[in-house]
Amino acid sequence: MKISIFPDKFKNPKVNLPRLIITHAGIPLLGLPCAAAAPVDFTRDVQPLLNNHCAECHGGVKQKGGLRLTNRRQALEGGKSGEALLVSGHPKASELFKRITHLDPDEQMPPKKRLKAAEIEIFRAWIERGAAWPEHWAYRTLEAIDPPTPTNSDWPRNEIDRFVLDRLRRASLTPSLQAPPHVLLRRLHLDLIGLPPTLAELSAFETAWQEDQEACLEATVDRLLASPHFGERWGRHWLDQARYADSDGYEKDNARPNAGVWRDWVIEAINADLPFDQFTIEQLAGDLLPDATPHQRLATAFHRQTLWNREGGVDAEEDRTKRVIDRVSTTTKTWLGLTLQCAQCHDHPYDPITQRDFYQVYAFFNNADEAGAKIPLGDGQQAVDVMKHNGKRKTYLFERGDFLQPDKAGGEVQANGIAFLHRLEAKEPTRLDLAHWLTSPANPLMARVTVNTVWTHLFGTGLSNTPENFGSEGNAPSHPALLAWLAHDFMTNGWSRKRLVKTIVLSHTYLQSSNHRPELVERDPDNRLLHRQNRKRVEAEIIRDLHLSVAGQIAHRIGGKSVFPPIPPDVAAQSYANSFKWKESSGPDRYRRGMYTFFKRTAPEPTLMTFDCPDSNISVTQRNVSNTPLMALTTLQNVVFHEAAQAFARHLLADATLGTDRERLNQAYRICLARKPSAEEQVILDQLLRDNQATYAKHPEEARKLAGKGAVESKAPTIAAWVATLRIITNLDEFVTSP
Amino acid sequence: MNPQLLHATRRDFLTTSASGLGGLALAHLLARDGALGATSDGFHHFAPKAKRCIFIFMAGAPSQLDLFDYKPKLNELNGKKMDPALLAKMRFAFLQKESATLMGTKRQFAQHGDSGMWFSDLLPHLATCADDLCMVKSLHTSQFNHHPGQLMMQCGDPHFGLPSMGSWMTYGLGSENDNLPGYVVLTAGRGSSGGATLYQSGFLPSSYAGVRFRNGEEPVLNLRSPAGISPGVQRRGLDALRELNALANEQAHDPEIASRIAAYELAFRMQSAAPQLNDLSHESPKTLEAYGVERSDPKNGGRGKGSSNKTWATFARNCLLARRMAERGVRFVNLIHASWDHHSNLDPELEFNAGMSDQPIAALIKDLKDRGLLDETLVVWGSEFGRTPLGENRPGRKGVTGRDHHPNAFTMFMAGGGVKGGLNYGETDDIGWEPARDPVHVNDFHATLLHLFGLDHLKLTYRHGGADKRLTSLTRESKVIHDWIA
Repeated sequence: MKISIFPDKFKNPKVNLPRLIITHAGIPLLGLPCAAAAPVDFTRDVQPLLNNHCAECHGGVKQKGGLRLTNRRQALEGGKSGEALLVSGHPKASELFKRITHLDPDEQMPPKKRLKAAEIEIFRAWIERGAAWPEHWAYRTLEAIDPPTPTNSDWPRNEIDRFVLDRLRRASLTPSLQAPPHVLLRRLHLDLIGLPPTLAELSAFETAWQEDQEACLEATVDRLLASPHFGERWGRHWLDQARYADSDGYEKDNARPNAGVWRDWVIEAINADLPFDQFTIEQLAGDLLPDATPHQRLATAFHRQTLWNREGGVDAEEDRTKRVIDRVSTTTKTWLGLTLQCAQCHDHPYDPITQRDFYQVYAFFNNADEAGAKIPLGDGQQAVDVMKHNGKRKTYLFERGDFLQPDKAGGEVQANGIAFLHRLEAKEPTRLDLAHWLTSPANPLMARVTVNTVWTHLFGTGLSNTPENFGSEGNAPSHPALLAWLAHDFMTNGWSRKRLVKTIVLSHTYLQSSNHRPELVERDPDNRLLHRQNRKRVEAEIIRDLHLSVAGQIAHRIGGKSVFPPIPPDVAAQSYANSFKWKESSGPDRYRRGMYTFFKRTAPEPTLMTFDCPDSNISVTQRNVSNTPLMALTTLQNVVFHEAAQAFARHLLADATLGTDRERLNQAYRICLARKPSAEEQVILDQLLRDNQATYAKHPEEARKLAGKGAVESKAPTIAAWVATLRIITNLDEFVTSP
Repeated sequence: MNPQLLHATRRDFLTTSASGLGGLALAHLLARDGALGATSDGFHHFAPKAKRCIFIFMAGAPSQLDLFDYKPKLNELNGKKMDPALLAKMRFAFLQKESATLMGTKRQFAQHGDSGMWFSDLLPHLATCADDLCMVKSLHTSQFNHHPGQLMMQCGDPHFGLPSMGSWMTYGLGSENDNLPGYVVLTAGRGSSGGATLYQSGFLPSSYAGVRFRNGEEPVLNLRSPAGISPGVQRRGLDALRELNALANEQAHDPEIASRIAAYELAFRMQSAAPQLNDLSHESPKTLEAYGVERSDPKNGGRGKGSSNKTWATFARNCLLARRMAERGVRFVNLIHASWDHHSNLDPELEFNAGMSDQPIAALIKDLKDRGLLDETLVVWGSEFGRTPLGENRPGRKGVTGRDHHPNAFTMFMAGGGVKGGLNYGETDDIGWEPARDPVHVNDFHATLLHLFGLDHLKLTYRHGGADKRLTSLTRESKVIHDWIA
């Protein structure tokens, strides 16, 4: 007998099923710490219990008793015993509840490990209220949604704010005030282009703000979106996901001297606002487009960023298999927010992804060849490695994921999408069909995942704070309807990244002050409800960019070969094979933005790593942020940062428009923080400067050393005092924070 | 202020299982910062035996058959082919199965100590420590290429992006020293296959990454203030910085600012603590001689020396620094030397490397013991895999003078930190092909290592990408080897 989630007396599931789901559809999926009376929510309360206590035996890996609890449909099919697993409204008639409360140890589930009373209570309350098992939030079809219409408020600037305000009100919270203009300007600059506003930009902004705040904001956003540095800033985010580097990785770790050509493709594509669907298609299958241009073929180097083990004695087929697997994992993580690795060996334990699904996607990349796939570069350089189609390889399931054990008896696996999602219609599909399948409006995941990742970069944390995992083990979004609205809006408005960013940054939600509100520490501890903006420490590369910018040293050239800023020789020597020398760059190339620093996988540039740059061996959607003494040591004393402080001092002192130290300090603050110091700060800074001036007047020898080469002897004490003062300003928390 | 917990702001707390150690670690941090009223007990899952670990990582795979695992039968079978059935499923890096023959050792072996532990003549100093060692001859791993194998040993899995043992340990336990990093890396000679990937923190924040200590005047990168910045100017600047940051925090109320203020203070203290650590001028001549700090490399050195001619001295110095770090409460020292990858010229190469490492490692164990530190300091010697009993017959190479990679069976030893001394654990078969008794998977070693530190490998987890990750495999059942524990 087939077992139904519903007992016989509710014979007609067509009637009952929607009712049960609708009953609970309005319950927020994630909210404040659960108040005692809050109703049980499947996603928040029940799913984790199923995953933690049941899935090991009744999940994707094992289906003891024929029971599988990975989704509602499979649970509905029930187990071999024939008992009704769940009887809506009747815990005691439900096999699930009977078993978790059974007194006979042989019958009790989970075996040998009785659930806690509170956990049993969650199941009881859930079944009593109808055992709603809604479709997982991320897999729901995207359609047009009307944002809520909060009454009596002129706070919303756009649709985003209507969702956010509605949610805040339901929690009896109010949004924060808009941040002061200088904060907005710096926030927009750091978030959109990763460079501080220049003095000229700051002055122009201040003037425009006085005239018309609204127009000033929009013009600023438009200016930044049109800046070629936008592509650098947002390209670097993409490079994290693409596990981009300038070397092969593994023991040999040979250089990839032309890797930067693809990096520049990314920058240009983002600057041109290549629609995200096209951006996707070209990177996954640009070579298969009709009349593919060299540029489109170049785009496929996305999957040439994979590591390559050229260590002697490596099984070449094993390493090729590893690269294919990496391409499957990276593709599904980047475009679907799904973790597929586990399905290499067995069905996914929690999500409705089978091992066959894994190999269906694998089949696409199994036939994407690397050998000889190059496009020539015009100017006499070598060629760039890209991807090329090869229809010859057959794909089989690997038993236990082992490439030495292809399951030939099980038959060839045909390339296809993941079965539980929308259908991939093509016959004998190629990578191009995979790309079209991903970018199809029927795909509920790609748009959600992409807008959530963009949101993550603009707020420091995503609407779902597990941007790399939208499966059942990921965290449900704080605002599921907002995420769905944004995704749908993105999809139906030309997949424009710039339009999406503009919509978000012009929302009141984004423009709020980021000051924490101590009175809300308990009510919304992690700001999940967006009662304020978040302060965000900028990334490793941007820290370098900021220091070089305020010092006036930065070389703004976009793209080109990766560069070699100075590092100590023993750092480069960490690598085993010593496959190439770190040849220090000279001239302006010493002052390029951090994203152009040559990235050697086994011996990465230490400043980048100290500030949480990913090691580029795997795809990363969201970087860590940490605070360590090594960071302090770097920005205080590393030669790059120290020389920047010296240059900053020289420039400031050379500015004839500044007549007094007070004016110079004000100017330094405007350059670094887009504001003047407060009266209290002024006191501290004046004292520091005076003390430093006294010290270096007394110790000219020390002054000469600190002022640096080329300083006129008589001016050395003055310069030195300013170096010693400015290096403190550029080490302020505020300096490295998107405010 | 605990350096390894500096990062632990609320963000970490929330991304970490609240019931797991991250939560406890944070509670501890907040308690030390005075933000919480009560200190948190129950930091460990069990009573710890060890407090700190010195992991001596011999990257490249030393030949256990020429150092520890004495196989007289292999000598008898020298030049003979081996059972093809055993070879059928094996894969090798270079070795040609069809023509390969067994290769005995040229070393002389003898038993030492009350435990009758075997050592080859390459390890005369270590042999005198026999009764302090727990010798495990039945390790096996799933990897047979260097970089994946090294990741397997250091991070518990051959894939990238995972924290290393030292990162897990400092994440779980923090540091005992307020002025030094909790996880330090020391290297001698040429770099390892894995390079920095062997001590990065993977998905854990970079505060848990290994900090490389360098030779010379600047043991930590960027430690030295720029010329012209005296300690007084530095202090004055940092005082102003603290005041300015604190002022900003009156508005922002962001725990990150408090954490950043603390990081700068720690950096300042590290500026004096790290050079003190590196300063050996107060070590007695006897100690310096015991470690062999003044030794020069032999004339016809080996490949393991890298570009310097001071590999022996550097390695000895690193062993002594490891003791000084143990004294100061550094949680995990990763002492790395490459390469032991002797596909050819095994005898002279091994002689160079063993000569380099034997005396200083023995001196380290004895020194720790003399100072009463060995009980709580776990010293581990190991590599990513072992070497084949078959001689390597790579095409195009003259003669058979080395051994290929061998993941089936290899040797590792431990001392102190709550393990039994004088214990011979596990055995391989007559030719050292596979474990014949008590096989130990690399992850079993990891589980036991954490257990010695009072940590349950199933409970020391970090939530990442929707899963509770840990040092040991999520799919294989790893076991704690209680027989090792005193």
